[in-house]
Amino acid sequence: MTALLEADHLVKHFVAERSLFGRPTAHVKAVDGVSFSVNAGETLAIVGESGCGKSTVSRLVLRLIEPDAGQLRFEGRDLLGFDANQLRAFRREAQIIFQDPYASLNPRMTVGQILTEPLKLHDLVPQAERPERVADLLRLVGLEPRFARRYPHEFSGGQRQRIAIARALAVEPKLIICDEPVSALDVSIRSQILNLLRDLQDRLGLAYIFVSHDLAVVKHIADRIAVMNLGVIVETARTQALFTAPRHPYTRALLSAIPVPRPQARRSRILLSGEMPSALDPPPGCRFHTRCPHTIDRCRIEIPELVADADGHATACHRTAELPPADAVVPLDDGPSPVLEKLFAAFGGAREASAPTGVGTVSASFRE
Amino acid sequence: MTVDISASPLIAIEGLRVLFHGDDGRTTHAVDSIDLSVAHGTTLGIVGESGCGKSVTSLAIMGLLAKQSTEISGAIRFDGFDLLHAPDQMLRDLRGNRLAMIFQEPMTSLNPSLTIGEQIIETILRHRGGSRRQARERAIALLRRVHIASPERRIDDYPHKLSGGMRQRVMIAIALACDPKLLIADEPTTALDVTLQAQIMDLMRELKADSGAAIILITHDLGVVADICDEVAVMYAGEIVERAAVGDLFTSPQHPYTVGLLGSIPRLDRRTSHLATIDGMVPNMTRPPSGCRFAARCPFAEDACSMTRPGLAEVSTAHWSRCLRAPLERLVS
Repeated sequence: MTALLEADHLVKHFVAERSLFGRPTAHVKAVDGVSFSVNAGETLAIVGESGCGKSTVSRLVLRLIEPDAGQLRFEGRDLLGFDANQLRAFRREAQIIFQDPYASLNPRMTVGQILTEPLKLHDLVPQAERPERVADLLRLVGLEPRFARRYPHEFSGGQRQRIAIARALAVEPKLIICDEPVSALDVSIRSQILNLLRDLQDRLGLAYIFVSHDLAVVKHIADRIAVMNLGVIVETARTQALFTAPRHPYTRALLSAIPVPRPQARRSRILLSGEMPSALDPPPGCRFHTRCPHTIDRCRIEIPELVADADGHATACHRTAELPPADAVVPLDDGPSPVLEKLFAAFGGAREASAPTGVGTVSASFRE
Repeated sequence: MTVDISASPLIAIEGLRVLFHGDDGRTTHAVDSIDLSVAHGTTLGIVGESGCGKSVTSLAIMGLLAKQSTEISGAIRFDGFDLLHAPDQMLRDLRGNRLAMIFQEPMTSLNPSLTIGEQIIETILRHRGGSRRQARERAIALLRRVHIASPERRIDDYPHKLSGGMRQRVMIAIALACDPKLLIADEPTTALDVTLQAQIMDLMRELKADSGAAIILITHDLGVVADICDEVAVMYAGEIVERAAVGDLFTSPQHPYTVGLLGSIPRLDRRTSHLATIDGMVPNMTRPPSGCRFAARCPFAEDACSMTRPGLAEVSTAHWSRCLRAPLERLVS
């Protein structure tokens, strides 16, 4: 089966400084040889800290910026070779949702106009039927159709993110890039959006590339995870494998740093010392060696390759084989009591899952 | 009603109310009848979502709310002082000295045109006096204490040369400059990456152990609370809805809002198909509901909830909940 999207050794360097005559003198190596693939209906999460290049990857994939080197294939076709018309058609297949729902909606357009625009641009729905489609889209993301007449400032952050999702869905894409879609939202609103994204995926068979710094969120939504550090992928695995048996020291440090809402949880802590090196001047050899607790001489000289095992769990670390297994970086305990589980169940879940009226017709038209 | 946890708490807040009078003639009830106390050497977490009044509470303690449009009532007693009625001169002597605060944004809360050394030294000279040289030495010692490498050189750097994590350490060094008795940290790690957050939380834990200062930690992150706090107060729509020791709050929450918050956090230990969600929206605080403020979003609400405003009642020893239906166990058994 061909993957929906394949990236092969993507490279993007930004010019950080120029000489007096405009010759570039320093580059930020934002993305430095990144390869991954996403299958239809699957969620790949790209995680890492600020400046690791994860957002640059999401923009490269949509060709919002052009890579310096590497290959991109969408449904087996060479994405980088697309001309303007093909690219326009491609934008129907792949959409993006941004982090800041306050900045990503035009404040001068009503919600109805925002949602009609993609329909108009791609000439998807006859003009007379557009208001009805807008109403369907709003229902699909759990908003009321009468909201179409309102402006973005009249909505809360969570509602705006729903509108941004509806806009992405308007063109019936196969792939949606979610760039930190919930990091600007409060906890209770965040869970609503995460539930919505999962419901939509189940109903419409969407693939997601989910870019985030929050491993707990990623654990909830992703099928596979790629961990990035300073422009390179250091580990990629199925979600369950990554959380139960993380191999790369950086992944282990990330996992052990997540604060968990359980005061008595026992866990081993891996505190990284030192600062993150600058992407302007990444360290030679393994880019993590300056902060890694297991560094040996080889790490300082030789760049480790991303090597996969039989299960597709890949790690870029010279010492993968010799490191001891990760010990309780994700704390284990009995979880909430049965009483607390029942109390949790009283909140949402069931209501979100029951399809609001009108959803059936939209999803039917989505599959035609 | 008393919520004292020791005979003489370091800070006791009683019946704190903050009203904002807007230009359009509307009044926002930002904080309503808050009772809190923190004992020496303990850490209290205040949790809640945007707009619940947690930051306004901390600004009221520090005396940093604009006087013209704000109406504050109640009492805040700190170490023998009445903060709400203290003259400005006295507040200036207390702030940065016995009472210190760390803000969320390390990028905007340092002065970009002064070196970090000057900003630490300024605080020391204002409150402690002494010579410039002594103050500089103390500043270097403080930077070392917050684990900044080669502090002798770093002290002359401007803030833009430092990373986000280092700036937050400098903020902490300034807050610690005069050995405060109470440190208020308003979302100290929210702007930081997880590995840096872990470093800063570790630093806070260390400071708590060796300085004996009391800490009020304001956050939206229940994970951070579980990590570092002794006691927790959960705020919703300007009120404290639940207060308990940290262990009790996480194992047996007694307010539906706390339950919803805990249930909406994605779990690391196992895969759940759906997260709990709290439907609806926070009430409009220009016209707060007369009954329970959470009733409209609460799955356990009954008619009485929207009529009577519940008080903060002790459900079990040292565990308070503002809910007519508490204890919650009986609702699901």
